[in-house]
Amino acid sequence: MARAVELVDLCKRFGAFQAVDNVSLTVEAGEIFGFLGANGAGKSTTIRMLCGLLAPTSGRASILGIDVSKDPEGVKRRIGYMSQRFSLYDDLSVRQNLRFFAGVYGLHGPEARERQAWAVSMSGLEGKQDRLTGELPGGWKQRLALACAVMHQPKVVFLDEPTSGVDPISRRRFWRLIDEMSQGGVTVFVTTHYLDEAEYCHRLALIHAGKLVALGTVSELKSVFAGHAVLEVVAPRVADALDVIASQPWALETSVFGTRVHVVVADADLGRQQVEKCLAAAGHPPTSIERILPSLEDVFIHHVERAEAARAGAKP
Amino acid sequence: MIRLRAVIVKELRQISRDPFSLGMLIVLPAFMLVLYGFALNFDVRHVRLAVQDRDKSARSRELVASFTHSTYFDQVASPPPGSDLAAITERRVARAVLVIPEGYGRDLAAGRSTPVQLLLDGADSTTASTVLGYAQALAGEENLALVTEALASSGGDVVAPLRLEPRVLFNPELESTQFLVPGLIGFLLMITAVLSTALSVVREKERGTMEQLRMAPLRTAELIIGKTLPYLAISLLATVIILVAARLLFGVEIRGSLLHLLVAVLLYLFGALGFGLFISTLADTQALAFQAGLIASMLPAILLSGFIFQIRIMPAALQAITYLVPARYFLVILRGIILKGEGLLTYWHQVVALAIYGVAVVALASVRLARKEH
Repeated sequence: MARAVELVDLCKRFGAFQAVDNVSLTVEAGEIFGFLGANGAGKSTTIRMLCGLLAPTSGRASILGIDVSKDPEGVKRRIGYMSQRFSLYDDLSVRQNLRFFAGVYGLHGPEARERQAWAVSMSGLEGKQDRLTGELPGGWKQRLALACAVMHQPKVVFLDEPTSGVDPISRRRFWRLIDEMSQGGVTVFVTTHYLDEAEYCHRLALIHAGKLVALGTVSELKSVFAGHAVLEVVAPRVADALDVIASQPWALETSVFGTRVHVVVADADLGRQQVEKCLAAAGHPPTSIERILPSLEDVFIHHVERAEAARAGAKP
Repeated sequence: MIRLRAVIVKELRQISRDPFSLGMLIVLPAFMLVLYGFALNFDVRHVRLAVQDRDKSARSRELVASFTHSTYFDQVASPPPGSDLAAITERRVARAVLVIPEGYGRDLAAGRSTPVQLLLDGADSTTASTVLGYAQALAGEENLALVTEALASSGGDVVAPLRLEPRVLFNPELESTQFLVPGLIGFLLMITAVLSTALSVVREKERGTMEQLRMAPLRTAELIIGKTLPYLAISLLATVIILVAARLLFGVEIRGSLLHLLVAVLLYLFGALGFGLFISTLADTQALAFQAGLIASMLPAILLSGFIFQIRIMPAALQAITYLVPARYFLVILRGIILKGEGLLTYWHQVVALAIYGVAVVALASVRLARKEH
């Protein structure tokens, strides 16, 4: 069976700016695939190329075995797409939006009615079909937008930052819908910059400055710290503490999380003593030092710093 | 078909949700017709005339009567001898002052040539030259009558050698509204049609729904037709309202076939709506689309269409540009059908030109709409 999504050396250049730089990856059918990166890292550009909205500079993308640049219309019929803007018509009612999207996807007769009823129950908008879409709260709009995007029962769904600007409870509910779709065999390709949401994904790709910097399951990604320990240091003056620790040769990586400093060391017990000693010597004795399980954020920062270092090395 | 119907239904629902815009599209053209129809009147009638008759003879009264009995002049003042005549035109009491000197009747009876003075306000040169023309024509008639009379009394059998008998066809009263209203219709339809499609597509771009439409398996043709048909219907309705208003207010009758008129209007609207679509593929915001649409539709339709300024007397470069202005062709057809009662066949050149224009702009718009971003 053809892969749900396949990218081979995909590149996009806007003038001198390399938005997407040689990205290759595959997504299997039924996977929830998370595409992570900061704003401007190239997530949306990639997704727009996959949907045939944007022509790649070089490389190839295929969906369900269909080359996007060769048969964009064939791809469009088989995929669903929802952008961060929940592109619904605010000046139409819920029912009118559903009817429009059903019609645009060529649904008619009993099938159209059935899919619209399904969309209403899926988005939890029973009894609100005559409300103006513009008056709906964000979470409802978001679910309605998803329902409209999958009205034609596509096998692959692309979601571009689908949860931006939505409250946490709605976000949770939204991810439950995505999970259900995946269990029904639908492949979900979703971009986000919320790292907590990445935990819902089966596999993740980290993208930084257009480059793919890491790819794997959540636990695979966290295993970059295998053989190391991550210590969380609480000290009264974070910035000073960070400077002190970062200058030590045994501190492999350091980063600040609010009032805490995360330090990657080779050995947990030895590292703890070294941190305590150097901070005390500098006059900032730590309040606490604890070994923690690395979070995705640690993983993300690790990869971004490595990528930045590689770039700095490449450009002397 | 299902997809096309979905787009049309959606478009109609959005239009009906926005009664203000709908009103702008339908009522505003009729309102503008009234405004422009009354304001844009090139006819000079009932010119205010002051008469200083220092002679007060039967002859002088006869001359005054020949002026005031025409519809061109109304006598508004009779300044006594010695009053400041320039002040009368300065204060705009009258546009012209006719001064008949003392001894006018006596000199005529004696067979001597006698001067009559006309003071004219030349601030508005167009009107002034028209008024001068009227005055000269009236004086000429009076002269001819006097000469004929004099010759007759001396016993000669006199026939005026040349008599021009003008008969004005199609607009016998020479009312400029008859000529202007068709131009106005072309101008108003152009603006509303261009703006309606231009704004409708750009609105989708601004709200991000355009991207969703481009993601849907919707053909460019389905999008274009779906977006255009509802506005075509609205513009046709606006046309009917304009024509009814033109009939009721200005007495502009349609002498030709209504079917031919419909075909011409449809062809013109097709090009105008297509041009609106094309603008919408270039502009990214509604404000920009509105300005671009207004300027690109209004200025050529007023200045380069033959609506007000005759194309024949424009500089050659400007004349060349007018060939790209659809209103230029439409006006010729419209005047022909409305004023002369002629059929479309007479104007097949213009019909073909309108068709070419429509196909060209719609092709341009579809290429721009279908294109992928790079």
